[in-house]
Amino acid sequence: MSDNYVPSSKFGKWFNDRLPLLSLSAHLREYPTPKNLNYWWTFGAILTFCLVAQIATGIVLAMHYVAHADLAFNSIEHIMRDINYGWLLRYLHSNGSSMFFLAVYIHIFRSLFYGSHKSPREIIWVLGMLIYILMMATAFMGYVLPWGQMSFWAATVITNLFTAIPLIGDSITTWFWGGYAVDNPTLNRFFSLHYLFPFLILGLVILHIWALHVPGNNNPTGIEIQKPSKDTVPFHPYITMKDIFALLIFLIIFCGFVFFSPNILGHPDNYIPANPMVTPSHIVPEWYLLPFYAILRSVPDKLGGVILLFASLFILVGLPWLDRSKVKSAIFRPIYKWFFWLLVLDVLVLGYMGAAPAEGTYLLIARVATAYYFLHFLVILPVLSSVEKTDPLPLSISDPVLKG
Amino acid sequence: MEKSGKKNNRRDFLFTASYTIGAVGIGATIWPFIDQMNPDSSVKALATTEVNISQIEPGKSITVLWRGKPVFIKRRTQSEISEAQSVDLNELKHPEKDEDRVKKSEWLVMLGICTHLGCVPLSNKGEYNGWFCPCHGSHYDTSGRIRKGPAPVNMEIPKYEFVDSNTIKIG
Repeated sequence: MSDNYVPSSKFGKWFNDRLPLLSLSAHLREYPTPKNLNYWWTFGAILTFCLVAQIATGIVLAMHYVAHADLAFNSIEHIMRDINYGWLLRYLHSNGSSMFFLAVYIHIFRSLFYGSHKSPREIIWVLGMLIYILMMATAFMGYVLPWGQMSFWAATVITNLFTAIPLIGDSITTWFWGGYAVDNPTLNRFFSLHYLFPFLILGLVILHIWALHVPGNNNPTGIEIQKPSKDTVPFHPYITMKDIFALLIFLIIFCGFVFFSPNILGHPDNYIPANPMVTPSHIVPEWYLLPFYAILRSVPDKLGGVILLFASLFILVGLPWLDRSKVKSAIFRPIYKWFFWLLVLDVLVLGYMGAAPAEGTYLLIARVATAYYFLHFLVILPVLSSVEKTDPLPLSISDPVLKG
Repeated sequence: MEKSGKKNNRRDFLFTASYTIGAVGIGATIWPFIDQMNPDSSVKALATTEVNISQIEPGKSITVLWRGKPVFIKRRTQSEISEAQSVDLNELKHPEKDEDRVKKSEWLVMLGICTHLGCVPLSNKGEYNGWFCPCHGSHYDTSGRIRKGPAPVNMEIPKYEFVDSNTIKIG
């Protein structure tokens, strides 16, 4: 195994004794992976690709973008019209964020279904949630940079969330803004942080993978297996090939957006330059933030709405300690399985309500869905972990396949 | 025993003193990195705006920018004034008399910013003939007081004065 890996060449051995990069590479190639992983497990690799692609397109866009309130909007148009392939790089970057979130949501729900957040993988989960929260912050700041109407008013509404904090809220918000409203100082610092955060995410991703490599992958049966054993295959070439194949399918969808409907996920009002005097009549966040926006709006009280919004995120961090069922995979949890799909439906409903006007029936549905969201995590999961009668687990991942 | 106890005390004192000085030093070093994000001198210098109001007809309003924020200057009609003055304060979420919100009852000068999440409300809209915020549905009356919706307080009145009968200085 990689622990006692010895490079074949003399130079390789000399180098590896001083910096064991070759041992690391051998570990990554031989890393024993459960042989029953399905395609839902390919999203880790897809997400790594998304992060690298966002960083690569972002760095080249930053070579042409100007982070100034008077120039930002026109510099984006300059990228779109004049820069060689500027339109392609920008559309890859803006649609890339949507694809990134699509993949991360699938990745998170895969964890929830197969119990990948449970012992001994709690730290992987917590790191993953931190990555997700940082992703939202990064995406939000990136959305502000084109300095269109939606950019400006998204920045205004989101930063105003912090004015709800008693006593110090106003000073904190003024500090965020660097002024008395969202203005040039705000744009400038958002650009700086939007450049920084992806590298923080990259650091967390490395820790996330490191923490994964300690217990190894979970698998669809959710039972822990001997590694390496007849239940595992080496990461390369088995998993690398599968990941690359899934990535290619993912890229087809990605390119579909980029080349055929690059603006469908955006909002046309963001092609109007920012105007602090006029708020667009219907402001909505990007689709991937809509469920949380619905939660915010479902509370008729300002501070209450903000508290619930942040609670809905931080409750996820505590998930491994809320769901205490010893059985990981929903395949062997006949009742949890239904609640899992109900949660998926609930989040989709919240997303739909986040885009609808906050009034009448829409508001009522949003309130019910918000209540259910918290009910799922705070009541249903803890109760279910003690009352649910789970199905018998197989002895090994080969067992159900071979005994027939 | 006593000797070593004494020695420990001296050492504890040195540790505590070092940690304290170290913490103060680190705090003092971090502060410039935090404070640089607060409004700078050039932003603070733009703190006043003078506005000519002689062209505003009764019932009309103008919006001017002050410190990057919209300020509504509305010349109210007699009916709007009496509507604002006749409201029972017990009905209000944030009770304020109309008289306390204006310097001359004809002129309402206030920050055109919804106190919920900072959008600019639309004039002459909503259930109370004042302003309506399209973002999350807050209704304000003809005095800019919150009547319905998620906003917690009335729209803010900035510091302003009448320089002469035709000019207002905001800030």
